[in-house]
Amino acid sequence: MAGVLSQIPYGVLQPGGDGATALYIVAFSLFIIGIKRGTHPSTAKQGNLVAAGGMVIAVVTTLLLDGIGNWGLIAAGLGVGATVGYIASVRVQMTEMPQMVALYNGVGGGAVALIAWSEIRHGISLHETIPLDTLIPVLFAAVVGSVSFWGSNIAFAKLQDLIPTRPLAVPGQQVINVLLLLGIIACCVDIAVNNSDPSQAIFILILLAAGLLGNLVVLPIGGADMPVVISLLNAFTGLSAAAAGFALDNVALIVAGTLVGSSGTILTMEMATAMNRSVANVLFAGFGGAPAGGGGGSSEERPHVSIGAQDAAIKLAYADTVVIVPGYGLAVAQAQHAIKEVADELEKRGVTVNYAIHPVAGRMPGHMNVLLAEADVPYEQLKEMEEINPEMSRTDVAVVVGANDVTNPAAKNDPDSPIAGMPIIEVDQAQQVIVIKRSLSPGFAGIDNDLFYEPNTSMLFDDAKKAAADIAAEIQNL
Amino acid sequence: MSLMTEITILVLAAFVGFEVISKVPTTLHTPLMSQTNAIHGIVMLGGLIVVGYANDPLEYIIGTIAIAFGTINVVGGFMVTDRMLGMFSKKPKPKASSDSNSGDKA
Repeated sequence: MAGVLSQIPYGVLQPGGDGATALYIVAFSLFIIGIKRGTHPSTAKQGNLVAAGGMVIAVVTTLLLDGIGNWGLIAAGLGVGATVGYIASVRVQMTEMPQMVALYNGVGGGAVALIAWSEIRHGISLHETIPLDTLIPVLFAAVVGSVSFWGSNIAFAKLQDLIPTRPLAVPGQQVINVLLLLGIIACCVDIAVNNSDPSQAIFILILLAAGLLGNLVVLPIGGADMPVVISLLNAFTGLSAAAAGFALDNVALIVAGTLVGSSGTILTMEMATAMNRSVANVLFAGFGGAPAGGGGGSSEERPHVSIGAQDAAIKLAYADTVVIVPGYGLAVAQAQHAIKEVADELEKRGVTVNYAIHPVAGRMPGHMNVLLAEADVPYEQLKEMEEINPEMSRTDVAVVVGANDVTNPAAKNDPDSPIAGMPIIEVDQAQQVIVIKRSLSPGFAGIDNDLFYEPNTSMLFDDAKKAAADIAAEIQNL
Repeated sequence: MSLMTEITILVLAAFVGFEVISKVPTTLHTPLMSQTNAIHGIVMLGGLIVVGYANDPLEYIIGTIAIAFGTINVVGGFMVTDRMLGMFSKKPKPKASSDSNSGDKA
């Protein structure tokens, strides 16, 4: 062992030297290739490995820098991090993917904030003036990293149902947020002006205030908007990593962080577009916090048709075309395999089955696709919204499984609805609709779904997984 | 590196990011977000540098936590992306042969 260790070329690379920079360039090139390959289903898995390879090169390069020491601590940090990351990634259910990404994002942001803190301490301990081109990126990294850490943790807690997913807001929330932000900026200016001897106490105050801001910004956002928030925080963490790269003069951090920042921004904007809302509206409107217009207590009394698994099976088995519309309820109930069974039974009878995927179905765009892929649903049967909507009027039965707001015709018909203008899967155009849902309760948007009370809609009140299993069994018995 | 060189790199990288990510099918948004999420775990390099050159107890603690956080981000992010993408890539198979149920033992 000692023989092997002695052959490792410790400290061969100079920090900022050509050797290290060249290896970092290789690393970030692999990131770009990896992301590029990640945009096609056939090459995505390989692309992920390419990017991971880039990361290994970047880490090894850093460990070989001249003067790096404290190997015990480094080993401890790497060991703990790798173990936790490994166990979490192996154990996580596909349904819990959004909160997992939120959590990973949070620790990334936390790492940035801690590194910024450490850089400031280092600067102060040298008793020299800290140049502004180091200080400003450090301050940016500290603020954005801290916002991202706390914001992601709140997002995680909401998605994991540790705290209510309903928007939580205090009166005057926006004013408080703006004041907090101004306070943070003032503190940053103070540190920048006194860059010959910056106060560490003020810096810690910045970290805390930014953390509070992260909490306050994400808490009022409802569960339905979490995908946008996670994507945005992902972009934030990327940018803060790039800022840390400016402070540390590290090209790998600058490029990788910026890549994530810009790609995350694109994903965020695409998602907001899919919901027909602006990113600012998602962040600041407190969507769903407003009382449901006209709904509320009276909604239970509106007439609806309730059916059992047997009736649903008959409707489906004698249809020619069936479209399944999955939503987050399917994910929560882990019903993807049971739904696939229903589809298999129907296909045996010659029924054409397709799946209609709303861009923001689930709590993360593309989340439904991952879950249905897990259940071996063929790729060709997954139809995007624009593709399936024209087909809806020719569909015999649409089955809505655990989806709610994305099927609400109020988005088209009621200009006063909070979700007015949001693109929906037009299941109300189908000949018949079966909605599998536990109750008539409203979705994340907190509004009643008019679909449930349409004359051609039948409600099947049950857990999605159990209902699907029952329907599959009933179809077999027909 | 001079500040302007670094800003040049930043701007170019931003355009590369926009270019590479546009036109991604919705299907792959979740794994892609997860993968880019893993990539910003590169901040762990900052943790390594901080700890590697640190010489006061608080910096040891801050830096080691930063390394652990960054490593969770990197290892967890790439592995979970790999698991997700494994579900997509096994899809063409079931039609031809019947070796299903092999994917998610984890």
